[in-house]
Amino acid sequence: MLGLAHNDSFSHGIHPPEMKDETSHLSIRRFPFAPLLIVPLSQHLGKPAVPVVRAGQEIVRGQVIAEADGFVSVNMHAPASGIVKKIALAPGIGGNMLESVYIEPYPASSQEVQDGEPCDLDTASADDIIGAIQRAGIVGLGGAAFPTHVKLKPPEGKRLDTLIINGVECEPYLTTDHRVMLEQTADIFNGIRYLLKATGAAESLIAIEGNKSDAARKLHDECPSDLPVSIRVCPVKYPQGAEKMVIRSLLKREIPSGGLPADVGAICVNVATTAEIGRLLPRGHGIQERVITIGGPGVKRKGNYRIPVGTTVRFALEEAGAAKDISRVFLGGPMMGPSVSNLDIPITKGTSGITAFTTVQINEATGHQKIYPCIHCARCVEACPLFLNPSQLGILAKNEEYDRMVEDYHLMDCFECGACSYVCPSHIPLVQYFRLSKKMIRKLGAAQ
Amino acid sequence: MSIAVLTLAALSFLFASLLVLAHRKLHVDEDPRIDAAHQMLPGTNCGACGFPGCLGLAEAMVSGSALPGKCTVMNEDEREDVAQFLGVDAGAEEKVVARLACAGGTNVARNRARYEGLESCRAATLVAGGGKACFWGCLGLGDCEVVCDLDAIYMDDHNLPVVIEDACTACGDCVDACPKDLFSLHPVSHHLWVACKNLEKGDAVLADCEVACDACGKCAVDAPAGVISMVDNLPVIDYSRNHNVRKAIERCPTGAIVWFEKDKGPVAGRAAPKVIRQRSRQSSPT
Repeated sequence: MLGLAHNDSFSHGIHPPEMKDETSHLSIRRFPFAPLLIVPLSQHLGKPAVPVVRAGQEIVRGQVIAEADGFVSVNMHAPASGIVKKIALAPGIGGNMLESVYIEPYPASSQEVQDGEPCDLDTASADDIIGAIQRAGIVGLGGAAFPTHVKLKPPEGKRLDTLIINGVECEPYLTTDHRVMLEQTADIFNGIRYLLKATGAAESLIAIEGNKSDAARKLHDECPSDLPVSIRVCPVKYPQGAEKMVIRSLLKREIPSGGLPADVGAICVNVATTAEIGRLLPRGHGIQERVITIGGPGVKRKGNYRIPVGTTVRFALEEAGAAKDISRVFLGGPMMGPSVSNLDIPITKGTSGITAFTTVQINEATGHQKIYPCIHCARCVEACPLFLNPSQLGILAKNEEYDRMVEDYHLMDCFECGACSYVCPSHIPLVQYFRLSKKMIRKLGAAQ
Repeated sequence: MSIAVLTLAALSFLFASLLVLAHRKLHVDEDPRIDAAHQMLPGTNCGACGFPGCLGLAEAMVSGSALPGKCTVMNEDEREDVAQFLGVDAGAEEKVVARLACAGGTNVARNRARYEGLESCRAATLVAGGGKACFWGCLGLGDCEVVCDLDAIYMDDHNLPVVIEDACTACGDCVDACPKDLFSLHPVSHHLWVACKNLEKGDAVLADCEVACDACGKCAVDAPAGVISMVDNLPVIDYSRNHNVRKAIERCPTGAIVWFEKDKGPVAGRAAPKVIRQRSRQSSPT
């Protein structure tokens, strides 16, 4: 492709079926308001927000309903105009119960959003922008839901030179970032301006995977000439979209074990997050909706939707038309997305999609799958993008030798991309072992 | 040849004498009673006494800082034997056992999803909390049964762990193993027991589990003032007061508050529904 910088990739990794063709050409559509919206006070990593509304109160779409509690926390905004029914426990993605605000939208609730205090790009200082991002409730929309403003403030003594906008989206089935890049191109560049000012970085790179060439082309063509942005197209490979992998591919820098991107002078922000910053900050709005892909073989009307935060998975699937024998539902993609045990959980800021499968496919893929012993074929070793040894880690996890897993095999660097479990011919649930081990290590560490 | 033999002989003599000297010089007089007492202890090294294994307790008993009653594995006669041998009082310690704060077996509690993966409660908890409809309830995959060295826990027909009180030494392994924190250690005299941890109230709770506490508060009213208080939609028993009030369980509409009877296990009150269903409750898909 002329004029676009092609980029090397990282070593290792896998090539799962991309499955993006069914939704990648469908433009983003608005989703109706559900009769009941459940907004958890903890949709981000960090301290839950503190509610500032009470049961029975009338609220307007876009109004702040909960305020950040401390620095690692963000505001919550009303997804619809309506009435606060109650503030009570509601099931969350992890199967846990979270304090949430139940909102009953008015039947004819408008999509109009109440304007807040705008953050003007020309006059605002770096700290003003960081504060505005926190007030807007912006978190990493790629799935981790880490408060974005915390990332923008690097630890003392660290300088950021490069801003990476992550539009890789390597998860199968998901096409939200793809559509955002095509439809919110101007917002993205606006967001980059805010982010460059807030971080003081000199240049920015937009990373895109090769299967989204139309988006790369559009961003390249519409890039304002005064903005230090270059578009980099990476080869299609999973997990190209992981922060560590993007930085490795684009900058050839390696984040030290246990370190942050700031340690190598880089900051990585998801492209949808950037677009939201560019869209919301000039108007003083907050995140009260997000773009998700509802897809997978278990969904009839697949598509990309702008859905209010707090819509339950059940309502979303009913609206999009779920197959009768729907059997497994993931929030996000099938590689890293958590599977849900309850359809009444709300879609939060960190949910990038709903992927549903039917019984037939699940049975074909994993049904009656027996776990065999490790045959030391080393396929997982060749798949692991971090050069860990999943085979040995799996054996140690089975024997509960947690100390050796951490000290000799660097378990804590694993970001659970699932490449090892995907290639394992013995069907060993390696990532589940690692998650369990990490949990046990944290528990044992806390006990000491 | 002869030089080699002589050198080796001289060396071995030298090292032997060094060993003899070291043995004399570094000799520690150990109370022979420690070893004898250690032999009399059960040797399970369960740690329930709070000392590092049976040898730790034996040393503590000989030094006088602990009494044989600390050991919960021995029976009355064995404790008396040790006490007589050491010439001390047996020290009457009340038997403590592990109790499970959930009664939601598969016959009464609903599953919302089917869990597939590692057969372990701890692993299942990390996959959307496991398939059980009640977030707080027992997942029934038996981590506690596996971790119990004394075989004092078995899984019943409805995948609910049962503690064999006579075998339980209150070592606390199951307390640590349970990812839902359902086990706690209690003296056997604590008959009154809340077998539920669900923090919600009303009909929503009963839709998930037939024997859950729906926070009606009848037990708190029926018990003498202060014994039972409702905290976060659950009755909390103040065991520092006289909690020997069986009438508190009688009006419980679900049987979430029970009376532990020796050899009979938990007994629900008269108002509790009699569950005769043997098979699993129907699960609705996801």
